[in-house]
Amino acid sequence: MKKVFVNGCGVISAQKTFDNDTFLEEITTYNDRVMPVVNPVYKDFISGGAARRMAKGVKMAVVASNLAMQEAQLESVDAIITGTGMGCLLDSEKFLSKLIDNNEQFLTPTSFIQSTHNTVGGQIALGIQCTGYNFTYVHSSVSFESALLDAQLQLSLGEEENILIGGVDENAPYTINIHKLIGFIKAENTETFSLLQSNTSGAIFGEGANFFTLSTKNQESSYAEVIGVETLNTVSKENLDNAIVSFLKDNNSSLSDLDVIVLGNNGDVDFDGYYNLLTEGTFAETQQVYYKHLSGEFNTVSSFGFWLGAKILKTQSIPKEVKLNQKQTSSIKTVLLYNQYRGENHSFTLLKKC
Amino acid sequence: MEKGVAITGMGIISAIGNNVEENYNSLISCNKGISRISKIDTIHKDAIMVGEINFTNQELEEQLGLSPDNNYSRTALLGVVAAKQAIEDAGIIDISEHKTGLISATSVGGMDMTEKFYYDYLETSEHRKYIKGHHAGDSTQKIAEELGIQESLVTTISTACSSAANAIMYGARLIKSGKLDRVVVGGMDCLSKFTINGFKTLMILSDTHNTPFDENRKGLNLGEAAAFLVLESDVLVAKENKKVLAYVKGYGNANDAFHQTASSENGDGATLAMEKALKVANLQAKDIDYINAHGTATGNNDLSEGRAIIRVFKDNIPNFSSTKPYTGHTLAAAGGVEAVYSVLALQNNVIFPNLNFKTPMKEFSITPQTELKQTELNTVLSNSLGFGGNCSTLIFSK
Repeated sequence: MKKVFVNGCGVISAQKTFDNDTFLEEITTYNDRVMPVVNPVYKDFISGGAARRMAKGVKMAVVASNLAMQEAQLESVDAIITGTGMGCLLDSEKFLSKLIDNNEQFLTPTSFIQSTHNTVGGQIALGIQCTGYNFTYVHSSVSFESALLDAQLQLSLGEEENILIGGVDENAPYTINIHKLIGFIKAENTETFSLLQSNTSGAIFGEGANFFTLSTKNQESSYAEVIGVETLNTVSKENLDNAIVSFLKDNNSSLSDLDVIVLGNNGDVDFDGYYNLLTEGTFAETQQVYYKHLSGEFNTVSSFGFWLGAKILKTQSIPKEVKLNQKQTSSIKTVLLYNQYRGENHSFTLLKKC
Repeated sequence: MEKGVAITGMGIISAIGNNVEENYNSLISCNKGISRISKIDTIHKDAIMVGEINFTNQELEEQLGLSPDNNYSRTALLGVVAAKQAIEDAGIIDISEHKTGLISATSVGGMDMTEKFYYDYLETSEHRKYIKGHHAGDSTQKIAEELGIQESLVTTISTACSSAANAIMYGARLIKSGKLDRVVVGGMDCLSKFTINGFKTLMILSDTHNTPFDENRKGLNLGEAAAFLVLESDVLVAKENKKVLAYVKGYGNANDAFHQTASSENGDGATLAMEKALKVANLQAKDIDYINAHGTATGNNDLSEGRAIIRVFKDNIPNFSSTKPYTGHTLAAAGGVEAVYSVLALQNNVIFPNLNFKTPMKEFSITPQTELKQTELNTVLSNSLGFGGNCSTLIFSK
């Protein structure tokens, strides 16, 4: 089995993260129910005409994938595996609202063409002329981890050498509106640093595109080694500890190896209980990290957590804004990521210093 | 891979039948499931023909014993019907006895409900239960719940028209690598105004029966379906003395990297996918006995796929046919539907005819098999080609 390394990142989020030379040095705070991304200058990467044709999600993903390949010094990759929970929402909404408003008349194909879930993967392939394996996973909060697992499988078996993976979801007005109606989005504006104390239902929604080049080669740009990833459609609170222990055991690790745990708390009083169990229990003495106050909640936001874990390992530092508690961590060797959304689709990812 | 990954169960619901047996009977009797649309009120109803499943949502809900306050999209209803059949066919009684995953596929997801209640959601709360059923993973979650799959690997693939083929491919890889002992794989899509109008704007919907590989083909008929397979590890098959229906012997996925919706003129992606699948199967082109082609009957697909077949098989083109004239193009489900048909072909040593074919295409000399043909089959290749340049090939063997 070959080792798998994270060699390049491209992170477009509600923070200024697209510059790989910095690590959350400037924090943008929000007091809202939804947060947008901090945009890079897209035309530095995509020609003006092409950028105008692309919806935001595609644009973010194309630039993020570009950044990730650049950092790993790759011109192309062997495979592209994308995760997206909701797909190309802006184009879907555009096509659907026109269809309904004009009673199925006067429609043009552009937004339909760009509405399919695999638009992003297809556009990246087109851009870098990659004829390799191209998959898109669309399974709620494990969309990104499904892509990660698929890539890890191919790389560790030696089938491929470099794979681009990523998670992308975009904010779109209608979808936000209806998720407010069903309380998936909080009823009130919430400040960035009071998210976990909000004591209210729902989450603060967000968007982003986080892409990574995974490789069998350890090189100067390497962030971390991907040891393992597991997704579970259900886990009961009672069984959460066991599930983690057995995941670690499958990856020849144990609880005592963990230096940092990166958690997906989103301040939803109805579902944060899963995380609280860990922060108050098994991991009470471990350095805890959270991030959704900075990124917002979306189906592939755990890819932001993946970046955070990898970046912590590479820089051997933890920005104070993501610390959930204060523990001494002299040397950070092993990081565990845990995420779930509304009590379903749990994922564990284990990263190690390389 | 010697034998490949064992298929131990199949389930299907399509326009030509509500289970595997009904589908097979329609295939050998040349019964087409293509008609005018009856369940969706669209202004295009007289301009298109579709492969529609007869049951209404309410009938499907009753069959599944769902409570009236359920929030199933039609996609989910179809998916659960087919997945349950597959589990039953595989003789699985206690699903939690072995580590069982689920890899499903859809492109439409819960769009049928979203388009129905688009403005209604904003006005009243009555139908808002469907909002959380919109995303593509929802139907998969529901299948997992109905099958009793817990604390396991459950995910969804959406790569347009190759989705279910990719789900089968990924499932086979997970079994081969030992990540899972057993996995339910397949896909589902229901008809929706969204897809009808989308394909309409692309001007690739036929106003009559679709005619794959025919010079005068006018485009595709959309269809709805769900189809699932159960794949099991060799260890499990041996331990439980399971009956194996066929094997997933090879698979390949490649990207055309040509255009968001159109296939390259010479079928680069499809050629790569077929070549990869042959390599994984450790077979040569001459070993393939029958190709169940993607054959959507659009001008672009059939030319591109036909050329790819010629590139891979050269002077030795096996019998090939598209079964889309029976079912219509069932989008994300197509790879699953055609996997079931490929296995049926192997089990019964029969090649299903490419219906509606009259005139050979002028670009090449190959023509599909147009009559039902009994012949010894050992290896069947199935193509699924989609938007985003996504090309997938599966190879099934006895």
